[in-house]
Amino acid sequence: MAFYRSQVLVCGGTGCTSSESMVILENLKNEIKKHGIENEIEVVRTGCFGLCELGPIVIVYPEGAFYSKVKPEDLPELVEEHLVKGRILKRLVYHEAMEDDRIKSLNNFGFYKKQYRVALRNCGVIDPENIDEYIAFDGYKALEKVLTEMTPEEVVKVVKESGLRGRGGGGFPTGLKWELTAKEKADQKYIICNADEGDPGAFMDRSVLEGDPHSVLEAMAIGGYAIGASKGFIYVRAEYPIAVQRLEVAIKQAREYGLLGDDILGTGFSFDIELRLGSGAFVCGEETALMQSIEGRRGMPVPKPPFPAQSGLWKKPTVINNVETYANIPAIILNGSQWFRSIGTEKSSGTKVFALGGKITNTGLVEIPMGTTLREIIFEIGGGIPKGKKFKAVQTGGPSGGCIAAQHLDTPIEYDTLIALGSMMGSGGMIVMDEDNCMVDVARFFLDFTRDESCGKCTPCRIGTKRMLEILEKITQGKGTLEDIDKLEELAKEIKASALCGLGQTAPNPVLSTLKYFRDEYIAHVVDKKCPAGVCKALMRYTIVDNVCKKCGICAKACPVGAITGKVKEHFEINQDKCVKCGACMEKCPFKAIIKK
Amino acid sequence: MKTIKELEEIRKKTLDVVNQRKDRTTTRIVVGMATCGIAAGARPVLLAIMDEVSKLGLSDVIVAQTGCIGLCRLEPIVEVIKPGEEKVTYIKMTPEKARRIVKEHVVEGKVVDEYVMHVVDGKVLNDYSVQND
Repeated sequence: MAFYRSQVLVCGGTGCTSSESMVILENLKNEIKKHGIENEIEVVRTGCFGLCELGPIVIVYPEGAFYSKVKPEDLPELVEEHLVKGRILKRLVYHEAMEDDRIKSLNNFGFYKKQYRVALRNCGVIDPENIDEYIAFDGYKALEKVLTEMTPEEVVKVVKESGLRGRGGGGFPTGLKWELTAKEKADQKYIICNADEGDPGAFMDRSVLEGDPHSVLEAMAIGGYAIGASKGFIYVRAEYPIAVQRLEVAIKQAREYGLLGDDILGTGFSFDIELRLGSGAFVCGEETALMQSIEGRRGMPVPKPPFPAQSGLWKKPTVINNVETYANIPAIILNGSQWFRSIGTEKSSGTKVFALGGKITNTGLVEIPMGTTLREIIFEIGGGIPKGKKFKAVQTGGPSGGCIAAQHLDTPIEYDTLIALGSMMGSGGMIVMDEDNCMVDVARFFLDFTRDESCGKCTPCRIGTKRMLEILEKITQGKGTLEDIDKLEELAKEIKASALCGLGQTAPNPVLSTLKYFRDEYIAHVVDKKCPAGVCKALMRYTIVDNVCKKCGICAKACPVGAITGKVKEHFEINQDKCVKCGACMEKCPFKAIIKK
Repeated sequence: MKTIKELEEIRKKTLDVVNQRKDRTTTRIVVGMATCGIAAGARPVLLAIMDEVSKLGLSDVIVAQTGCIGLCRLEPIVEVIKPGEEKVTYIKMTPEKARRIVKEHVVEGKVVDEYVMHVVDGKVLNDYSVQND
């Protein structure tokens, strides 16, 4: 075995890659070579560490020094100081990682302390393009176990008893899905991995695929054995180039090792996986539309039943699960269903990965045991709201979910509690909003998204979302009436009840939940013609406070549309008809004499 | 195609390398690598230690560097810190001496007394033995 005295891990997730982590990786290797210590130091590109806010991230072991926001020009100093001289380069270490000048263990950071990593167990630890490293952490051991020691029925039983529920949104019990499909008799069955992650601001599945692709392949093979399928498809978005490339590498390596293909590990079981790239249609994340798309047809949902378990891909019994669901499977097989049940809560066992975004200090990826409260995620793990602003709401479940207000922050996160609050678990996007977010505008944003992504097959979704969006736009422009709010609510309920697929049925959730918790904001827009958060431009007015104004005229010069008129040392005024509400005058005024309301 | 046995071999072989990337409480071998240490020949000592660790297939050992320990005249200095035991400081190391330390102290648990720095009443005893030589 090669012994390295130090390992340098460089994050190769999409977040860090977009801030040049690959340049850092190359320069780091060159710098290390320059000092002639390349045989002593191992440099590894890993998957996402989760703290994307601080990227690019470089971690040096054995010290466990957590360097954040590393720039290529920092590298000569980093290599010379830390790797050659053994002195930690304190100025680059993330401030939370140091305590009394000593390095804190990663697990003691506020960000990592409350996390529990099952699906992300290998992310940020192994090199995702090296199958041996996956194998080292008991990779493919679960597959080995099911093929040599378990019957398909036993596999289904373990998954069922674990209480694992679909991590893609709906929360359907995975074991039950497998059992129903296993019972069907057919000459061919299929296993599909739904990696068409489309919610704005969600990147859980991408991170699993980028950081630990083999865990998904292994789980699909296990699923294939359990239900009697010999063929699997991974439907992944073409917008995830790094994930696609790592999956390709992983499939190739698994085939070379005989872990995919014919007669796996000499047990007589055959299973292979193909990739299918989606082209960014949100509706293709819906399982029936996704299967249509794999078959080569236009991605549109079809009515259920029949469910995929009976008639799925090419009318054959099919299991379709989400990436994160699969990532849990090998761990469940190896550690047992009781172990999995011991994590999380009675009705929602295990953990859930969330992508934290919006107005939050630690933007990034977190995995927590079910039952953790929203407050713990947002304020302890997420580090709270930046700039001392006040928390207003958190949006979960993307365009299908809803906004949860501050009074429910202590709710434990479970499938059923979130639904009771008018939102949903969804795939795990979590967008935090502060006092500067207008809830009507948020609802409008999501409606705009679903209206755009509606496939157009069923009327409630195609026309209903359009009408809802029109009403919302009317309200944000200050032209709404109280009747509009009632109409909006009625329409929302009807679409929910009548749309064909999950996209339409859940599209009104952002509206309904904001109406439930923030009705006063809607009323302020309609009755007072004011946007309390100061977001909706049509309802804003910039005015000059005469007794603060020093009549210098800087604002008039700054105005791009000539809406400010007046004479130096006399008087200035904003012409509201001309004003485009860009805020340039307010920014430039040295005396803070211009206010927005 | 790999057999189950081959997978197990890969697992064992790779685990040693991959496991170094996790936080652990294991034996640390620290080499003083400030200017004084390097000038006195700390680098060959460091390389010898790494080589010996690798040769003996030790997986629960960290080899780390540190700065100036403050006893430049006794460099190269190597410290061995075993979990739950007091730190042992070795002085005037050579690659050969260092290899013995890895074998006898780190693996077998026997401190190599003749290379250890002895301190009595705040004075380094080894200094006197050098003068008497």
